[in-house]
Amino acid sequence: MACGAGNCQSGCFRDDDHSVVTEKKKLTNGTLSSGSDLDLPNHHNLCLKCKVNETLASSGTVSVDGDIGRFCFDCFRGNLFGKFKLAVTSNAMISPTDNILVAFSGGPSSRVALQFVHEMQHKAQKNFDASRDRSLPVFGVGVAFVDESAVSRIPSDEFDRAIQDMKSIVSNLAPPEKAFHVVPIESVYSSNGRDRLEELLNAVKDVTGKEDLLQHLRMLSLQKNAYENGYTKLLLGSCTSRIACHVISATVKGQGYSLPADIQYVDARWEIPVVLPLRDCLAQELNMLCRLDGLKTMEVLNSPHSGINGLVASFVTLLQEENPSRECTIVRTAGKLTPFHFNQIPESDDSNAHLASRRRQKKFNLKPNESVPPQSYCPICNSPLSKSDHLILSSLGSDQTNADIFGAACCPSCQFQILPKEPASMEHFYSLLPQQFVVQAKDRSSSMQRQLREQIQDFLLSDSEDGT
Amino acid sequence: MGEAEVKPKKAGPVQCSICSQRRAALKRPKTLEQICRECFYAVFEEEIHRVIVDNQLFKPGERIAIGASGGKDSTVLAYVLSELNRRHNYGLDLFLLSVDEGITGYRDDSLETVKRNEIQYGLPLKVVSYKDLYGWTMDEIVKMIGLKNNCTFCGVFRRQALDRGAAMLKVDKLATGHNADDIAETVLLNILRGDIARLSRCTSIITGEDGPIPRCKPFKYTYEKEIVMYAYFKRLDYFSTECIYSPNAYRGFAREFIKDLERIRLLPLTLFQQ
Repeated sequence: MACGAGNCQSGCFRDDDHSVVTEKKKLTNGTLSSGSDLDLPNHHNLCLKCKVNETLASSGTVSVDGDIGRFCFDCFRGNLFGKFKLAVTSNAMISPTDNILVAFSGGPSSRVALQFVHEMQHKAQKNFDASRDRSLPVFGVGVAFVDESAVSRIPSDEFDRAIQDMKSIVSNLAPPEKAFHVVPIESVYSSNGRDRLEELLNAVKDVTGKEDLLQHLRMLSLQKNAYENGYTKLLLGSCTSRIACHVISATVKGQGYSLPADIQYVDARWEIPVVLPLRDCLAQELNMLCRLDGLKTMEVLNSPHSGINGLVASFVTLLQEENPSRECTIVRTAGKLTPFHFNQIPESDDSNAHLASRRRQKKFNLKPNESVPPQSYCPICNSPLSKSDHLILSSLGSDQTNADIFGAACCPSCQFQILPKEPASMEHFYSLLPQQFVVQAKDRSSSMQRQLREQIQDFLLSDSEDGT
Repeated sequence: MGEAEVKPKKAGPVQCSICSQRRAALKRPKTLEQICRECFYAVFEEEIHRVIVDNQLFKPGERIAIGASGGKDSTVLAYVLSELNRRHNYGLDLFLLSVDEGITGYRDDSLETVKRNEIQYGLPLKVVSYKDLYGWTMDEIVKMIGLKNNCTFCGVFRRQALDRGAAMLKVDKLATGHNADDIAETVLLNILRGDIARLSRCTSIITGEDGPIPRCKPFKYTYEKEIVMYAYFKRLDYFSTECIYSPNAYRGFAREFIKDLERIRLLPLTLFQQ
C-alpha cells in the first residue's frame, strides 16, 4: 500500500508473509491504513490498542468500516471514558466540594454522561471510605430531566413509563445515592405556567425561533432547578456531533460573535456554570457504547428538529457519512475562535483548589484568560453582545416602553427570529415572558444608563433623571 | 426565468413602494419590497455604487480588469461597472479578461458570449488560455486525475492565469463577480474543511494587496437572485450553463445546503408568490 518499490527504505515489509506486514505496521503507528489487503483471520482481528482481545468488527457487532471496529470492547469503552476523564480533570470541572446536576434527556449522550459521572463518583467514594484522614469529600451528583409534556405531543402512558424507567436507572446508579428531579419546563413561571408557556410559544411565528426559544427556556429551567437545590455545576452530555451542528446553525443564523461562548468545555456565564465533558466524543461512539454496554435510553422523549436546526442536522449527518472526520474538523475549526473570559472555571478562594488548579495550569500549559468581559448579554439567549449591538441599546430615547427597551437589549438573531415585529404583538410577547428574562434586561439597561450618567455627571446642570 | 418575476395579485395592482407612480413588477429578494423595474435598477445600481465608494475599491485613473467568464455575474458586473463609471465619473479604464480553461462544451461556448460582450459594452477583451500558459487544458487534466478534486487544480491555475493576464494588460486591479451566495458557500466550505487561513481571508472585499494584482468583489453584498433578476429584466446576454465538472465538486454540498436554507428563511416570499 505505502510503496511499490522493491528497495524501499521506509521499513515496511512487502513480503509474501502478510502476518509479518501486519505486525510491523501495528508496532509502528497502531493504525492500519486499510483492512482490505490484510484480510487474514488471526492478526487482523486483534484490538489495535491491547492486541489481546478480539476487535468489535470481528465479533460481528460492528461493521468493518470505521475506526470503532478496530478496538475491542474494553479498549473502546476505556477510550471514551479516558476522553471524559481528561476533559473533567484538565478543565477542573468537578472538585470534591461540588454538587453536580446532570441534565438527562433520555438520549444516548446524556446517558453516557450520567454513567461516567457515576463511575467517577463511585470511585471517589471508595477512595474516601478507604482513606484514613478523610480530608477530601466526595462530590455529590443529582439528575434532572426537563419535562416538556406541556409543549409536546407524547402520549401520557409512554411518558409515564419513560419517567419510571429513568427513576429506576438513577436508583440503580448507587451507591452513592442520587436525587432525581423531574423539572417541568413551565416551572420557569411562578404560576399559571402551562398556559403562559403555550401562549408565549404561539407568539413566535418563526419555526426555528420557536425551537430556539424552547431551548433557552430549557436551560432556564435547569438553571433554576440547580440553583434552588444547591447544585454548583450543571453537566450536559453535549457531544462533538451536537456541537458541530451548533457551529453550522449559529453561523447561518448570524450568531458568529457569540459562537465561541457555546462550544467550549466550560461555560461559566450562567449562575450555575455549565460543563461539557463529552465534547470530544462522537454521537456515533456514544450510541455504540449504549448499545454494547446495555445502557438504556429513552428516545421517545426526543422530538426531531425542524426548521434550520433540522436542516443543519441532516446536512451534518450527510457530511459525516461522506467523511467520518467531518464533525471533528468542524469543531476544531470553530475551536480556533477565541473563547470568552467565562469559558473557564473561575478561580475560587479555596486554597486546596487553587494549588490543584495551578498544577493543572502548568501541566496543560493553560494561560489565564485576559480578555475583556463583554459589557452585556442578550436577555433571552444569554449570548455576549458585541460593541456594535451594545451601542443600539444606549441610543434609546426616554419615551420607550419597557418592551422596546427589552427588544433593543436582545441580540440581532433573537430580534430577527424570536421577537414579534409588530409593536402591539411585541408588547403582548413581553408580557408573557418569564420574570427572569425581564429582570435581566431591566438590570442591564439601568446599569448602562448609570454608566453613561457617571461619565457626564460633572456637566449636568440639574439632578432630575429622564425616566428609564 | 419565470421564478424571478412576481405577477401582480388578482386583487388589484400594487404600487411601487419607492416611487408610488409605477406598478410594482417584482418583489425584491433582499428586502421583500414590492417595486417597479425602474426602481429596482436604481436601487441595485445605487447599492453597488455605495459598496464601491464606502470600501474605496477604485481610484481615479486606474486600469481595471473585469474577470469575465460570460456567466451572469461577470456580465452584469461588466454592464454595471461601465454604467457607474460613466454616471459617477470613476475615471477608470475598464477591460474584460477571460480565461479559457479548455473545457469543451462549456468554455468554448461561454467565450463566444464574452466576445459579444466586448462589442456590446465597448470594453477591450483579452483571453488567456491554460493551453498557452501551462500546456494543459482542463479536459486533459481531468483525464489524468479523474473527476475528484479537479476544481482545486482549476482554481489554482485560474488565479495564476488571471494574474498573468492582468500583468499583460498592465492593469492595477482585478474585479470579479463573486456574489453574496458565493461567499456564503466559501465560508461554509472553509469551516467544513478546517481551512483557517482561507476562512480569515475569504470575506474581505479586497484581497491580495500584498501580491502582484489586488482583487476586489464589488458584488460581495449582492444576492445571486438579484443579479439574475437584473440580467433578466435588462435582457443582458449571458451564458447560463454550469461547468460540466461541477457536479462532483465538494462545493456542491454547501450550495445545496444554502439553497435549502433560503427556502426556510425566505418562506414568506415563496408563500406570497404562490
